[in-house]
Amino acid sequence: MKLDWRTIARNGFLGGIVAFYLSAIGLAETFSERYLIGTFISTGQLFVTVGAILAGILTARALKDQENDRDSYVSSLLSGAVSSLPLIILIFLIEVLVIRQIDQEVVFRWRDMFVNFSPVLVEMLTFGQGLAVGIPLLIFASIILAGIGAALVLLPDRPRVALLNAFIWTLAIGLFSENVTQILDQFGGRVVIRFLFQGKSLNPLAAILIFAGAFAVAYFRVHKTVQKRWAKMPASQQKRNRTIGIVLGIILLLLLPWMTGQFLSQALFMVGLYVMMGLGLNIVVGYAGLLDLGYVAFFAIGAYVMGLFTSTGPLGISDLNFWMTLPIAVLIGLVAGVVLGFPVLRMRGDYLAIVTLGFGEIIRILATSDWLAPWEGGPQGILHIPNPSFFGELMEKPQEMYYLVIAGSLLIAFVTIRLKDSRLGRQWMAMREDEDVAEAMGINLVQTKLLAFSVGAGFSAMAGAVFAARLGNIFPHSFNLIVSINALAVIIVGGLGSIPGVIVGSLILVGMPELLREFTEYRFLMYGILLIVMMLFKPEGFLPDVAHKRELRGDVDEFAEDDLATSEA
Amino acid sequence: MLKRYFENISWVDIFLRVFQIAAITVIVVGIYNTVDAAKYTSAQWATLVFAGLAQGSVYALIALGYTLVYGILLMINFAHGEVYMAGAFTAVFLAQYLSNIGFLDSNPFLGVIALILLAATVSTLVAVLLERIAYRPLRGAPRLVPLITAIGASFALQYTFRGLYGAEFRAYPTVEALRGLVNVFGFEVPLVQLVVLGAAFVLMFVLWLFVERTKMGKAMRAVSEDKDTARLMGIDIDRVIVTTFAIGGALAGAAGVFNGLFRPQGVYFFMGFFPGLKAFTAAVLGGIGNLPGAMIGGLLLGVIESLFPNLILEGLGIPSANQLRDAFAFTMLVLILIFRPQGIFGEKLAEKKA
Repeated sequence: MKLDWRTIARNGFLGGIVAFYLSAIGLAETFSERYLIGTFISTGQLFVTVGAILAGILTARALKDQENDRDSYVSSLLSGAVSSLPLIILIFLIEVLVIRQIDQEVVFRWRDMFVNFSPVLVEMLTFGQGLAVGIPLLIFASIILAGIGAALVLLPDRPRVALLNAFIWTLAIGLFSENVTQILDQFGGRVVIRFLFQGKSLNPLAAILIFAGAFAVAYFRVHKTVQKRWAKMPASQQKRNRTIGIVLGIILLLLLPWMTGQFLSQALFMVGLYVMMGLGLNIVVGYAGLLDLGYVAFFAIGAYVMGLFTSTGPLGISDLNFWMTLPIAVLIGLVAGVVLGFPVLRMRGDYLAIVTLGFGEIIRILATSDWLAPWEGGPQGILHIPNPSFFGELMEKPQEMYYLVIAGSLLIAFVTIRLKDSRLGRQWMAMREDEDVAEAMGINLVQTKLLAFSVGAGFSAMAGAVFAARLGNIFPHSFNLIVSINALAVIIVGGLGSIPGVIVGSLILVGMPELLREFTEYRFLMYGILLIVMMLFKPEGFLPDVAHKRELRGDVDEFAEDDLATSEA
Repeated sequence: MLKRYFENISWVDIFLRVFQIAAITVIVVGIYNTVDAAKYTSAQWATLVFAGLAQGSVYALIALGYTLVYGILLMINFAHGEVYMAGAFTAVFLAQYLSNIGFLDSNPFLGVIALILLAATVSTLVAVLLERIAYRPLRGAPRLVPLITAIGASFALQYTFRGLYGAEFRAYPTVEALRGLVNVFGFEVPLVQLVVLGAAFVLMFVLWLFVERTKMGKAMRAVSEDKDTARLMGIDIDRVIVTTFAIGGALAGAAGVFNGLFRPQGVYFFMGFFPGLKAFTAAVLGGIGNLPGAMIGGLLLGVIESLFPNLILEGLGIPSANQLRDAFAFTMLVLILIFRPQGIFGEKLAEKKA
């Protein structure tokens, strides 16, 4: 048996460093009490195990093509053992630096510096068994976990996918237990809740059932059977069923807030809000290729217009209602897009990004300053913005506002779809590909760019106006750079230039963190890492637009071949 | 002749020209009013200038990192402000320790050197890791991709250090030996500001020597001139790029310590963001890709930022002008990019930066 020691060591260390990192920044300890299954598997432990599983997966991947699987398994197990090394180092670091200082008078306390190097972490890593038993246990656990990781790569396809499914479903239900509870509660499923969960964590028995169920569904390929039956159907029936499906989908979309309860509806509202913003930013970045990092400026403008025009507080300047102010907000947004777009007409790429970022900050700083405070409230913001009313019915619940953002999103999506293949849309894309060539083809760059900024800004202002009406009061600090980055991340993760992509991106990046409130502290860390990982491995996003995929993947040859194929046809 | 000239200018040019004139008018009116009102004495102005110079030298050191990387990769390392934060945030713990045992007061020189060394080491490490993990795999990708990666890296670094060192503010101790005022041209100036200024100049001089006099510096210049030709000449591009990031990181780390020495506000995980942006502004101001430009741009920006809120905004009758200080720096950036995108010393980069 010949083993590739370098691969083993490298991947093992990589996995171990990941686990070390996650423990050192506190993810392990913060969630050590947040149990997923029973009282023995916690989210914190999950973060620690990521390292060993990763080591197993990477090693198995690297050695996948070897003649017999046994060597790959052995290598993966060994790399699992290696991956426990950084964690053992961490344990000793904490022992030596922190635990020894606990009852002593010292000038410098290491714990003050590394705030998450805690005795609790050591206890967790050694399974509460003390060092002598705990460390061998840790190594053993890492080996087992690496074996699971390797199995997820090396098993034959059917059990492999089934196993993956089973893990994902079990963990997801454990992680989203609160939300599952809320939904079940809406249907009066008290008995089911009591069976599934104990506190926030899954009942062990329920966990096993979910695991087995998900495994079975994937193993017996239920969806394949459905697909087969679908393919056998005559065309007319397919069409009818599809229509039924779409109608059911729309009904589901409309009933969603009433099925999920108040809290989830608020999350859905935020998702819808970011869909609106994302679609707007998609025009600027995705279609026209202008990287705008100051997008929040228009969001803020929309919100402030709504606030100023409808507020019943001392700052309100008129008594217009929501529906009359909305078009005004959009209109002012459109104008603001042109005004802020003008100075940056001649800038490209990185410069454009930084300057627009500057604009966003300037607007926020101005809104916070005392200078403008007499007119727009300064740091105290604008209060008493009424909720919109619909035929005399006040929309104050998040469920009702959900319909508003759905309507807004549909409207914006409609406009975007119509624009995409219009003359203007094609001009935008031509400009994105190459400004100079586009100009040579007779495209008026000034007009095209300003329209892109303006349309994007208008949509953002609309989202801002809805946001202000929902919250009832607005403060300048809600309009910081994070909003711009959020919107940008939404369209990038979903896939630049793609409308379904915006929805998916918004669900992942806005919906998930709203649901996983517990992770608030680490939300932006995950954002950052997600952005990097996306760019490294899948720059075109989850649901990419075809042209963007080619461009971001750099598949120039494929492009040429496509051209050839079409011209020959 | 004149007719043809008028045919060639578009209404965008006209608008930008009007915008320029308006901006200059605002500045001139503001300055005139302030000077006319004689609200501040010359000693007060001098205080502002020196504070601005000290702050500016911090910007300059960070800006050098931007400019070095831009010169070689034509890429804005958006996460550079976080590199600066990493050094400053780590060294604050050593500073507190040294202060507690009295070393910083008995041996201020050695103490500060130790702080700078630690901060520079950590920042260098972060910068090199950043290059290795986030940027190197993306070399040759479309320009949007590394920029987004950099934004992601910026967030990831901020919250990594938040997780590692906690979310509180931590203040650098005051160094006894650096307290007090010195008389410069008849003005009383805090010693610490002069020391920071001087130390920054020393570092910049060392950098200049490195770039101009060593083999590695020569390789860096060659790579920034033409990557492919440099490769053909047997230069290891990857090594040059890593070295560039490392130097930028070291300077940023040192800047972090200087910042801590004269600003009592304390450091925390988000401290790098705005200085990073402002240092970028400084680099653009001086002409990005140009080393002396970054230094002078940084100093200039520091002075502008410290002087102009009082000088211009108060003259225009805007209350609490210092609240708008940050907005001012960004406005500067916009104005420079409109008026003179190549910066004070920059060559025409209009084609390159596309």
